[in-house]
Amino acid sequence: MTTTKAQDVGVPPITAVRQRRRQLSDRAIINLFIWPTLLLLIGINIFPLFYSLYLSFTEYSAIARQQPVWIGLENFANILNNERLWRYFATTGRYAVMSVGLQTILGFGLAMLVREKFRGSGLVTTLILIPMMLSPVVVGLFWKLIYNPTFGYFNYLIGFSNPSLGPDMLASRWAGQPVPGLALTAVVIVDVWMWSPFVMLLVLSGLKAIPDYLYEAAVIDRASSWFQFWRITLPQVAPLLLIAVLFRTIEAFKSFDLVMGLTGGGPGDQTELIAVNLYRQAFLGQWRTGEASALAYIILIVIIAISNLYIRYLNKMRGEG
Amino acid sequence: MAKFHEQGPRTPVSVSTRVDKVNPKYKSVNSVRALLVFIMAMIGLIPVFVMGITAFKARADVVSVPPKLIFEPTLEGFVFLFTNRAVVAQSRLVEFREAAEAGELNLFEQIALNTGQEITGPSDYVFRLRNSVIIAGLSTIISVILGLFAAYAFSRFEIPGKNDLLFFILSTRMLPAVVVTIPLFLMFRQLSLHDTHLGMILLYTVFNLSFAVWLLKGFLDEIPKEYEEAALVDGYTRLQAFFKIVLPQAVTGIAATTVFCLIFAWNEYAFALMLTSEKARTAPPSIATMLGRGGIEWSAIAAGSLGFLIPVVIVTFVLRQYLLRGVTFGAIRQ
Repeated sequence: MTTTKAQDVGVPPITAVRQRRRQLSDRAIINLFIWPTLLLLIGINIFPLFYSLYLSFTEYSAIARQQPVWIGLENFANILNNERLWRYFATTGRYAVMSVGLQTILGFGLAMLVREKFRGSGLVTTLILIPMMLSPVVVGLFWKLIYNPTFGYFNYLIGFSNPSLGPDMLASRWAGQPVPGLALTAVVIVDVWMWSPFVMLLVLSGLKAIPDYLYEAAVIDRASSWFQFWRITLPQVAPLLLIAVLFRTIEAFKSFDLVMGLTGGGPGDQTELIAVNLYRQAFLGQWRTGEASALAYIILIVIIAISNLYIRYLNKMRGEG
Repeated sequence: MAKFHEQGPRTPVSVSTRVDKVNPKYKSVNSVRALLVFIMAMIGLIPVFVMGITAFKARADVVSVPPKLIFEPTLEGFVFLFTNRAVVAQSRLVEFREAAEAGELNLFEQIALNTGQEITGPSDYVFRLRNSVIIAGLSTIISVILGLFAAYAFSRFEIPGKNDLLFFILSTRMLPAVVVTIPLFLMFRQLSLHDTHLGMILLYTVFNLSFAVWLLKGFLDEIPKEYEEAALVDGYTRLQAFFKIVLPQAVTGIAATTVFCLIFAWNEYAFALMLTSEKARTAPPSIATMLGRGGIEWSAIAAGSLGFLIPVVIVTFVLRQYLLRGVTFGAIRQ
């Protein structure tokens, strides 16, 4: 009698009941599922961070035989008094402002253009998105070829067919004369090329989420399209645009691959971004591990400050969605 | 009112669900817009196009002034990329020519002969590429599996401090590679993981794990809880419900996550540059160092880049509807 009843409601027969006795509690499943991930993250990400915090207070070189020597805040003092490092921070800031600014404008413009569907818009949108999926260092390398003053395509495309009159972007020279900032501009151009699609993608999803009735109401009220843009489109897209900007700013401060592929920091130190310089201090020349760790921490603090904003916005978005 | 139906509204309308109300001027604006977008996309693809044609240029064509658009395509770049070569001595050249005519040489050897060289063996790049495949592949598999479990737990259970944990997981991804690498380098050296496949797989697994957790959680959140609850009521265990009900539903999400992880590991440069030197070095840093060695072989670099690019382009097309999630850690869905 009981068996028939159980089958009626679909409870599997006795074997399953036996299994149930062995089954894991939810608590155990949570632990089993989460801890491997957390342990790996702690072992490979968090422990190293504390290790390098310790190193940042020491005088140490990874290639020397000496053990780290505790010197307190001396590394930090050295860095903050080092004019060159301030200059690299300034370069990074300039690079971040220029590239993020241009990406925002271009990305927003592109998103407005592909906002409404037309024949083939899906295909074209995907084509536009390709650059951001590429490997930055490989991108840097083939742009190096494109920027080449004699046989590169860039000068021809902007209308300089005579190599001796045109710009040599990566050497910061124009017709033989040094023009400081040209090399950084070259890096910015590539970064904008790569990442404007990212801004476009985010803005586009924001635009798609704007309810039609807002525009319909505006049309009924005879609002000008200018007014519609400032009062409906922009405020509605603002959160996503902000996320895109924050994300790109973080990435600009981390920027390493692209510059390594394109200029390696040169000419001189014109495109020496802070992450590139950190690499140079830590892994080239004298391997100043201690001081590099201190510098890494300073960069980290800047990035954490920006990331915090980013993640706060993400949580807000997720909370709403 | 009847008049309104005949004439339509007095001011032209640009947004409407009714076709007859839309202003004709608006339609022409639309096609201008489409053209503009098309032009922008084409300009954006010029660099990719340049790289594509450079890969098939002979050495002389690459450095010709002005740059050539029309040229005789050759596989020279690929031969240079994949092989080590030595200059053939004059005395042996005839011998080689005869062998070529008799059809004893394969395609690569013939092309090398045309530039007066013979192939002495596969280049380092072949090994680096193999390393890339091994390291990217294994690390992706591990991180997706671990990520899936963690994402499921975060998606379905009440966990104390859940948001903080998720925040912590994401924040590890925000760390700049260069910052983490200094202590990692020392740790790896201590554990003799420096320049080993194991070390790199471990590192890339962790690098992708935070991403996988966030992205997969987004996908899992979308599968209604009711399915599993029904299964649990029917006597499934939690694990059975997970494997038999949730997994089949999440297949698309898992596939998308896998491909994104694969791309990230495939493209990664900074860790590989600093934590490998020879044995476990992957392709991206080795393409970059190719420039340094005697005589810049642009066609070889372009060929290498092209090989790197094609899988990514295909993936971009396959994953286009998930790209937005992919680049925002699954936080934003279309």
